[in-house]
Amino acid sequence: MNYSLRPVLLLALLLVGCASSEVSSARTLHVFAAASLTDAFTELGEEFEAANPGVRVAFNFAGSQALRTQIEEGAPADVFASANKTEIDLLVASAHVTPDMPQVFLSNRLVVILTENNPAALENLEDLAKPGIKLVFAAEEVPVGEYTCQALDRMNRHFGRDFKDKVLANVVSKEDNVRQVVAKIQLGEADAGIVYTSDAAAAPELPAIEIPPEFNIVAEYPIAILSRSANPELANVFIAYVLSEQGQAVLQKWGFASPD
Amino acid sequence: MNRLHNLFIRFLRDGHLVWVFILPSTILLALFALPLLTLFIRSSNEGFFIYAFSEESLQALRLSLVTSTATTLVAILFGTPLAFMLARWRFRMKSWIELFIDLPIVLPPSVAGLVLLIAFGRRGMFGSALSLLGVSLPFTTAAVVIAQTFVAAPLYVRSARVGFAAIDKQLEEAAHVEGANEWQLFYAVMFPLAGRALLSGAILTWTRALGEFGATILFAGNLEGVTQTMPMAIYLGFERNLGIALALSVVLVIVSVLLLLFTRRLEKQDHD
Repeated sequence: MNYSLRPVLLLALLLVGCASSEVSSARTLHVFAAASLTDAFTELGEEFEAANPGVRVAFNFAGSQALRTQIEEGAPADVFASANKTEIDLLVASAHVTPDMPQVFLSNRLVVILTENNPAALENLEDLAKPGIKLVFAAEEVPVGEYTCQALDRMNRHFGRDFKDKVLANVVSKEDNVRQVVAKIQLGEADAGIVYTSDAAAAPELPAIEIPPEFNIVAEYPIAILSRSANPELANVFIAYVLSEQGQAVLQKWGFASPD
Repeated sequence: MNRLHNLFIRFLRDGHLVWVFILPSTILLALFALPLLTLFIRSSNEGFFIYAFSEESLQALRLSLVTSTATTLVAILFGTPLAFMLARWRFRMKSWIELFIDLPIVLPPSVAGLVLLIAFGRRGMFGSALSLLGVSLPFTTAAVVIAQTFVAAPLYVRSARVGFAAIDKQLEEAAHVEGANEWQLFYAVMFPLAGRALLSGAILTWTRALGEFGATILFAGNLEGVTQTMPMAIYLGFERNLGIALALSVVLVIVSVLLLLFTRRLEKQDHD
């Protein structure tokens, strides 16, 4: 055996050196945000980094319920922006968020999006109950899925007792987050889906059916700093930025509304 | 540096070689065993039996078992001829075909799901042809089988190919001398001799299909009873309530262990 340990040790030292130098040169803020915030928050992150040199914002976009689970299981996060109050409340209950911290920073509404060229010729909400069409919703655990259920309950009172059942019978898949719903509609796999108005704004090529206010729900998005955050001051600066005029302008550009 | 080197050599020569084998093995085994043990410990709570035997859990389990078995059968039926050809025949496009067979194994499952969707989806390249035949694949149980076959069947073909290739050419020649035709050669000589490789390939395929998640959720979607397999139910259950995910995971692990033990017995019998 005529090998030498020297090059191996050298390589190991190099790798350790690289890793530690990365940690000391940039401060990273970990932001967990609902999938519907993907475009808006990515832009906010870029502007925040430009305004605060030396800071890197690392996003984790997923269904709010998935993010809450990850936080509960110990994922490192500084800020959490959820699509509903339920997930934040769960984190307050498990002491990951202090009770008075969450602030509502935007509101959102639901809309029906249709696949391009609308082959199923859907024109109004009642058409959602048409037999044989394919609908894709988010799963009920996902905030938008829960809101969809509430909206359907409201429609039930107007369109007849079994409207909701007929609509649910047309559902062919229950997705894990709202962007998956949008993707399936964009690919033309299903005829229609229910997503946020912000998602419809991000995909303007898709025809849409408006949901009037008497059936629609107002989704309030809370944002909060996590009690185990490693960068509490930076997190607060970020949250302040989201709530600021500049931040709200970016959000509204992407189709969100200011908190009511 | 040199002293350390000499120490290591002397350590080996003095017969402590056995630790060079035992130590790394133990670490790897610990990586497998510790999480599984933790699963069983943490899942034992009051809700366990309610979750484990719930309608959703049994539906997902049934779907997983049905689809993974179907996938294995498809792999055997279609993969055996392919593996035989690759092992025993010589033809022009052989190396390209072997590349295509190995590719799905290397592809991340989400990529597999994506390409299946753009090829066979409603608006996919071949989707319109399929819909002319009245077939719409996404969101069906058939789509689950197709997605599983895409990622798992190559494992069978690889194993079977190795098995067929390992058969001594002289046996083939001897069979020809004895007057056997191609089919008799395959049926009475090749198939039995490659049996172990075929069986282990089938087991690999079946376990890979059972655990498949990424391609299925993209191509087939998620609907209880139709396309929600056990891995999917666990993943989504994890986001609702950790207890559900743990209970379903335990069920899946127990079922998998039982089936692996069963196939192991088949292997032993086959060998004797």
